Amino acid sequence: MLEKYQRDKSALIDILHDTQSAIGYLPEEALEEIHAGLDVPLSRVYSVATFFKAFSLTPRGRHIINVCMGTACHVRGSDKVLEEIEKELGIKTGENSEDLRFTLETVNCVGACALGPMVIIGEDYHGEMTPEKVGGVLKNYS
Amino acid sequence: MVNLTINGRQIKAEEGISILHAARKNNIHIPSLCENEAVAPYGACRLCLVEIKTARGRERLVTSCIYQVEEGLTVQTDTERLKMIRRMLLELLLARCPESEVIRDLAKEYGAEKSRLVEQSGNNKCILCANCARTCDEVVGVAAISLSKRGTERELTTPFSADFSEACIGCGSCAYSCPTGAISFEDVKGKRFIKWPHNSMDFKLRKCTVCGQYWAPEKQIEYIAKISGTPLSDYEKCPDCRD
Amino acid sequence: MPKVKSPGELEALRSSILKKRAPDKPVITICNGTGCQAYGSKSVAAAFFDEVKKQKLEAKVDVKTIGCPGFCERGTLVVVKPDDIFYTRVRPKDVPEILTETIGKGNPVNRLLYTDRATNQKVVKESEVPFYKRQMRLIIGNNGLIDPTSIDDYLAIGGYTALAKALKMTPEKIIDEMKRAGLRGRGGAGFPTGSKWESTRNAHGEPKYVICNADEGDPGAFMDRSLVEGNPHSVLEGMIIGAYAIGSHEGYIYIRNEYPMAVRHMSIAMEQAEAYGLLGDNILGSGFSFTIKIKRGGGAFVCGESTALMASLEGRVGEPRAKYTHTSEQGLWGKPSNLNNVETWANVPLIINKGADWYSKIGTKNSKGTKIFALVGNISNTGLVEVPMGTTLREIVFEIGGGIPKGRKFKAVQTGGPSGGMIPESLLDLPVDFDELTKAGSMMGSGGMIVMDDKTCMVDMARYYTTFLEGESCGKCLPCREGLRQMRCILDGITEGRGKAGDIQLLEELSATLVDASLCQLGQSAPNPVMSSIRHFRDEYEAHIKDHKCPAGVCKFVAK
Repeated sequence: MLEKYQRDKSALIDILHDTQSAIGYLPEEALEEIHAGLDVPLSRVYSVATFFKAFSLTPRGRHIINVCMGTACHVRGSDKVLEEIEKELGIKTGENSEDLRFTLETVNCVGACALGPMVIIGEDYHGEMTPEKVGGVLKNYS
Repeated sequence: MVNLTINGRQIKAEEGISILHAARKNNIHIPSLCENEAVAPYGACRLCLVEIKTARGRERLVTSCIYQVEEGLTVQTDTERLKMIRRMLLELLLARCPESEVIRDLAKEYGAEKSRLVEQSGNNKCILCANCARTCDEVVGVAAISLSKRGTERELTTPFSADFSEACIGCGSCAYSCPTGAISFEDVKGKRFIKWPHNSMDFKLRKCTVCGQYWAPEKQIEYIAKISGTPLSDYEKCPDCRD
Repeated sequence: MPKVKSPGELEALRSSILKKRAPDKPVITICNGTGCQAYGSKSVAAAFFDEVKKQKLEAKVDVKTIGCPGFCERGTLVVVKPDDIFYTRVRPKDVPEILTETIGKGNPVNRLLYTDRATNQKVVKESEVPFYKRQMRLIIGNNGLIDPTSIDDYLAIGGYTALAKALKMTPEKIIDEMKRAGLRGRGGAGFPTGSKWESTRNAHGEPKYVICNADEGDPGAFMDRSLVEGNPHSVLEGMIIGAYAIGSHEGYIYIRNEYPMAVRHMSIAMEQAEAYGLLGDNILGSGFSFTIKIKRGGGAFVCGESTALMASLEGRVGEPRAKYTHTSEQGLWGKPSNLNNVETWANVPLIINKGADWYSKIGTKNSKGTKIFALVGNISNTGLVEVPMGTTLREIVFEIGGGIPKGRKFKAVQTGGPSGGMIPESLLDLPVDFDELTKAGSMMGSGGMIVMDDKTCMVDMARYYTTFLEGESCGKCLPCREGLRQMRCILDGITEGRGKAGDIQLLEELSATLVDASLCQLGQSAPNPVMSSIRHFRDEYEAHIKDHKCPAGVCKFVAK
């Protein structure tokens, strides 16, 4: 994959994206390989990987839940939806559920504001979410 | 040479230097914390802000460590507005690192003795000026430590926040460049212990074959030998014992 | 596909495309933008394709998926052309009826038509729908006409005519035209585009870079998303013209990671443009070459700032730097770089085609052209609204937006995203204009317009924005990083019932420090939501602090 980007140091972020897509997260070994392959200091690879919220250095659940915290969704009560999901799964934002089914994250606006509050699970968009609908939606994911 | 005015004084300065350097050369004091002559200016602490008016009449606030001198520039380093800004900045720093004597002294000097803000803990005197990381990168050239994460979670760490950094040669330049003493090192019983705000690492020191003193970390010597292309055997003796 | 090697060949290609299309043949267009997809538009589209095949209607009707036309409140949107019959909230089960009634018999399906709430009458044609009628949809209007994954569709509506015209002009003439048109950056800062192009052209250094900022980080704004997803070629065409005028041969499009469809559609558009010889080497046989790379963001709002974006393109963390030297002189890798927002680029072909004289007649004295706004929040008609500059906020919120739903009252509208301010009812007659909005303590911003009703707590909104910015601050400079943290702590306290005397004063002092001392625009404009809410809704702050009450009934005070 490093060859695909011709070992271009400026492609670091793209490389991190592709690596995370392939493995599911960014393990230490992968970052070490990227540092060696691109000849970029490990400290810089680490800085970039931890600066951008898209990257995770710890394994994640099978389904990533992204609750939109954008302004339009906030005004329609996304806080309460997030609280309900946290309660239902017994975890806090940024954590994985015990059975590794889910990872709960927040995202700042995905541009589907007419349907707020918006919750995206994997690639599925669940619009007009309410705390009451949470349980039913989560049940569909194994 | 360029002609400018600082606090009403006519100053001549070389082209290409910063307002801060021009001021210092003329014994005009402008406070700063993240400025370090050995590395490129960073502009993070904002204490060196000055009020300027360009020859064309444009007025603005700029960091004097970065803004270069210009013909006809008028600079004010100590206006009421700047005093208020510095006081607030130091209140913010005091809230961040209440245990740092350097910050406490500086805060007192600018009238911010007591911070009205919420005190933080766990920052261990680190003000995130990045002098250490920048020195390690630009001067030493190994980039062993860096600023990780972002915003209020930002930290100065080793990769993966481990008590180890492969690239670190134990030279201690980071400690020397730190303005608040957030990084320190100690040479004890043949080992050097370096302490960064959140991690630490120890190094084996080399013993001089003549006087028996421990004088530098093995890793540092190996590094110097490598980049200078000289054999390791050149470094058996400490600098004092060499002719 | 043979490459088009001259403007003449381009026109020949266009004619051949149009010849193969029957202008009167009915076409069913289904919106497939991200918004409608959340409504299930993919299954509606699939249902149409399947049903047309099943009933063997291919000769009678075409089915096309389009990008977002903006009326997001009513998705899934289906328009039957050429009569422009407008259906809302279409579901897969409605498909057979539409085919039988509308295509078969030419009758509209009444229950799927839009009802005008003011007159309670059904509206048949898309252009008669009040939401659309009051807009001037010069840019976003084309979204309804094309399948964004088809370059032929873009060519069929006249696409790349501006490019052919521009390549016959001198770069200086193009820049002059852009300056006279008066286009100002649509990303929020409103810098005159023509001047920026000129500075970059005149700067010393090679190579020169042209960049499209599609990072659209303002929560609640999705104008750029709909343009990149729905009409990527319009952005490409603008960039190629800009690159030619500036003397650049290398371009970047920085798309935020949260917009996967935008990345996909832009990639497809670039491939198709290259195949036709409209991008890449020797464009249209003119000798001018220009290549573009797409780069994805990593989930950082601060990377919408130009120097942070460029740092990110260089593979470094998204930390801004002081802009004492403009990026038009020293940008990407220290070279002259011209960065413009998606909507800015999308306006370029229009200006070149119609000319600066025509364009500058639209809008106000200092803000020319149209602006697309994302009207969201507590509003009846959520969606994208394109209006000429100078339209009042009242018109947008009430006449186009349909006012506040659930019988509630208007309280404030927020423009400019987290960098902007709250505008109360008393200022609703302000025209949308760069300078007017700034004077009122807000700013144009990228186009997000959040409407808030009387059940919104303004202190809670200030806290929301400050929390957002605290999380997005890069952390480099002291005032922004620590200042936002402290401001958020104070606002947390106020909204949780722990507010004390002196809090407002402290917020004001911290705000002044951030405005004066922050390194970049994120920090410098971060206090706007707080300051504007204190300016216009001070009584709410005081109620929280002194009376322990949240007038809007939102804040849950933690028991002492």
